[in-house]
Amino acid sequence: MGILNVQNVNKRFGGLKALSNVNLDVKENTVHAVIGPNGAGKSTLLNCLVGKLIPDTGTVTFQDKSVLGKKPFEINQMGISRVFQTPEIFSDLSVLENVMIPCFARRDGSFKVNALSNMMGQRDMVDQAEQMLIDLHMIDKRNMHAASMSRGDKRRLEMAMCLVQQPRLLLLDEPTAGMARADTNNTIDLLKQIKAERDITMVIIEHDMHVVFSLSDRITVLAQGTPLVEDIPENIKGHPKVKEAYLGEAA
Amino acid sequence: MLGLNRRDFAMLLLVAALALFAPFILNPFPTASGLSQFNAGYPDLMQRFVIFGIFAIGFNILFGLTGYLSFGHAAFLGVGSYSAVWMFKLLSMNVLPALVLSVVIAGLFALLIGYVSLRRSGIYFSILTLAFAQMSFNLAYSVLTPITNGETGLQLALDDPRILDAANTAGSVPVTSLFGLEMRSAVTLDLAGWSFTFSVGYYLCALIMLVAFYISVRLFRSPFGMMLRAIKTNQQRVNYTGLNSRPYTLAAFVISGMYAGLAGGLLACMDPLAGADRMQWTASGEVVLMTILGGAGTLIGPVLGAGFIKYFENIFSKINDSILHQWFSFLPDWMENLLVNIFYPFVGKGWHLTLGILFMLVVIFLPGGLVQGGQKIARKLGFGKKSNSDTPAE
Ligand SMILES: Nc1ncnc2c1ncn2[C@@H]1O[C@H](COP(=O)(O)OP(=O)(O)OP(=O)(O)O)[C@@H](O)[C@H]1O
Ligand SMILES: [Mg+2]
Repeated sequence: MGILNVQNVNKRFGGLKALSNVNLDVKENTVHAVIGPNGAGKSTLLNCLVGKLIPDTGTVTFQDKSVLGKKPFEINQMGISRVFQTPEIFSDLSVLENVMIPCFARRDGSFKVNALSNMMGQRDMVDQAEQMLIDLHMIDKRNMHAASMSRGDKRRLEMAMCLVQQPRLLLLDEPTAGMARADTNNTIDLLKQIKAERDITMVIIEHDMHVVFSLSDRITVLAQGTPLVEDIPENIKGHPKVKEAYLGEAA
Repeated sequence: MLGLNRRDFAMLLLVAALALFAPFILNPFPTASGLSQFNAGYPDLMQRFVIFGIFAIGFNILFGLTGYLSFGHAAFLGVGSYSAVWMFKLLSMNVLPALVLSVVIAGLFALLIGYVSLRRSGIYFSILTLAFAQMSFNLAYSVLTPITNGETGLQLALDDPRILDAANTAGSVPVTSLFGLEMRSAVTLDLAGWSFTFSVGYYLCALIMLVAFYISVRLFRSPFGMMLRAIKTNQQRVNYTGLNSRPYTLAAFVISGMYAGLAGGLLACMDPLAGADRMQWTASGEVVLMTILGGAGTLIGPVLGAGFIKYFENIFSKINDSILHQWFSFLPDWMENLLVNIFYPFVGKGWHLTLGILFMLVVIFLPGGLVQGGQKIARKLGFGKKSNSDTPAE
């Protein structure tokens, strides 16, 4: 069994069956892509992994421990970080502070009243955050107000916030949506670099096939809440069921 | 210096200087001049300035940092006062144990109210805190009369035990003191038409306010303060970053409740009685106004806001129509009457109107409060051109 295991997960929203009998097994240190037309249930699936939603039935385990019923912060402390479809950052804080918060969360756990030490005086935390910003080529934006950044930079910042926690599993919900070609290519390079340098498993949701095929080790195709096929990228490309799902949407 | 960066230390020094020289600064007009009623440098009022400053500093730790708007903080102020008066009745007239008990009891009370109220956020949180405070107010008025002495308020009596103090032989109710140094004792300095009063009570309050202010600066700059600001801007991200936001907000709530308890205790130290109306919703609303008027989330704003509102409440409210007539008496009669009639609604009992207009102007044009106004003026004059984007919690 892989590091992440999803079995027979069902999720309904009223009359809508958003996920039906989803099975997913993600091997350690691989990149697993989930693709599918709009409304296929991809984000819903991620929500079930991080504790935002609780599946109606089925099991979700991470490193053989169930995540169901756990709170989002507990799941994060287990080693799962998530990049959202629309960037979730601390808009009122500076870029550096945005990255320092996950550093503290990793070192101090889910709660610690550290009220009388100066934040900027904690050199190791500042260094860690700055190194992350250097790695992601945004150290020049260190003191910028996060709200005033471009959409692409906000995504990159959110990525930095997740990566600095050194998660075992990184979930990415359309990390390149709305990005220009050049930015998309940068992101691909960045993710490739991360994959090469660290022991990390990724689940990536993406519409851009270029991104999917250049990054992933395995691909699951989801349509109307049901997984259609799961295979290596080469076999997915020409798969009739995949074409049908996407063409069906176009028609 | 003292674990503060240069700018924060400069601000601490500024506040210290203002507090130290307040008897001079607040008494700019000679006693005999017609403007002397604008003097605020008498001990009673100065004590109020700093005590409500403490209240607002504490409130700002909750509201300014986490964004949780409590409408029930006066409950902690009241609890602090009751605790202190009970200490004076039972233990000793020394203010130290009284203040300690005020802070502890208010903290425990805040823990209870916060634990329940923080299960909701936004308007529901505000309503819950308001409900708790009104409940406390009504209980203090009625059911809890044995503890609070109901409508009359809790007062000292000759036959109180005061187990640590020597037996009372004076035949009058003893006064509060700090190891024998009486709170009410004061020295008056008469200087060429001016009269300045230096009171022990005021300087004790001022010293405690400085310490409270210093702690709040440290807290704002700490990792804990950063977590609270993070909760204010995006609680969802906080939770998905592995942080449990609930105990953070609860800690902030308890700390700010303890500040309120300290302020309530000090009120009782200066004037040893405690009434239920100290807990009323208007008192809770006042500290909200102080904080927003001065600048929520800024360090010095709440202190300014508290001073501003207390000045209006005590000085503007004392201007009556005969004083207005006096001012304009040099004008022709019809003009004098006209001006008096124009100004009259805004002074005396109408001071709320002036304050209300001022508050609206500040909220509309200076959402960052008086502090933002100060920064704007400083920038116009060419000071501090430096962008403050790197210190969002200025
Ligand atoms: N909280 C919710 N309440 C009700 N319906 C929901 C909720 N979240 C998602 N849905 C519905 O469930 C279905 C799957 O949504 P989901 O966001 O998972 O799709 P997706 O595959 O991520 O699509 P996209 O590519 O547009 O992001 C959609 O029809 C959506 O409208
Ligand atoms: Mg989606």
